[in-house]
Amino acid sequence: MRPMSKIVQAMACLLYPSIIVFGAYLIVHGHLTPGGGFQGGAVAASAIALMIVAYGSKKYNKTRLSALESTGLVMFISLGLLGLGVAFFHNFLANTGGIFGELVEYGTNLGNLNTAGTIPLMNIAVGLEVVGALGLMMVILAKGPEKGGRV
Amino acid sequence: MRRSIGLVALAVIIIFLALAAVNMHEFGVPDNSEMDDYFIYSCQKETGANNVVTAIVFDYRGYDTLGEATVLFAAVSGVLVSLRVARDRKAKGGGDQ
Repeated sequence: MRPMSKIVQAMACLLYPSIIVFGAYLIVHGHLTPGGGFQGGAVAASAIALMIVAYGSKKYNKTRLSALESTGLVMFISLGLLGLGVAFFHNFLANTGGIFGELVEYGTNLGNLNTAGTIPLMNIAVGLEVVGALGLMMVILAKGPEKGGRV
Repeated sequence: MRRSIGLVALAVIIIFLALAAVNMHEFGVPDNSEMDDYFIYSCQKETGANNVVTAIVFDYRGYDTLGEATVLFAAVSGVLVSLRVARDRKAKGGGDQ
């Protein structure tokens, strides 16, 4: 895609950081407020879409986004495997008192970030994976078929 | 003929939708709520997460989320593979594939 006018580029630059921050907020607070890895990742990937529309797709390369996606997926599966002492995807950090392991009182409470065991970590992993996957898909589709690739 | 078949199908769909709407249970009072009650009452105790939906998605049903992540990965792989052009299809005449 070709880059758009200076006005669009300036507005995209203004909006880009706030979209990224809102996506990161949705991912990190996934165990307390509505949202989570998938939703926050989709929001953050929309910032990449905005930049592709404004500046064209030449500036993005696939390597970094691909690495982000693979990192998220490997982190997610290894977090599932770490709980294998009891069961696959066992929440081995919850209610232990350590990292992400503080107790929660039943009912309405003010939300504590340091709770919920592996759920926040898995949210972050899935968020990275979704940002990488959706961003990569948009970059590839915007660039079109590539010359010199292997089949 | 075709038109009448379409009308009959439409009538059947409307009848079934109307039956479903008439027989619908009251909002907020499901027939079987054992599972919901279990999640609502023990989610915060067991997982420590305030958000019950996230607790179910990432803890009780982790396999499901793993499948979703795999679907996304497969979609990206499909896009990557299908949007590639052979290096020298023209040079070889494209006959060797």
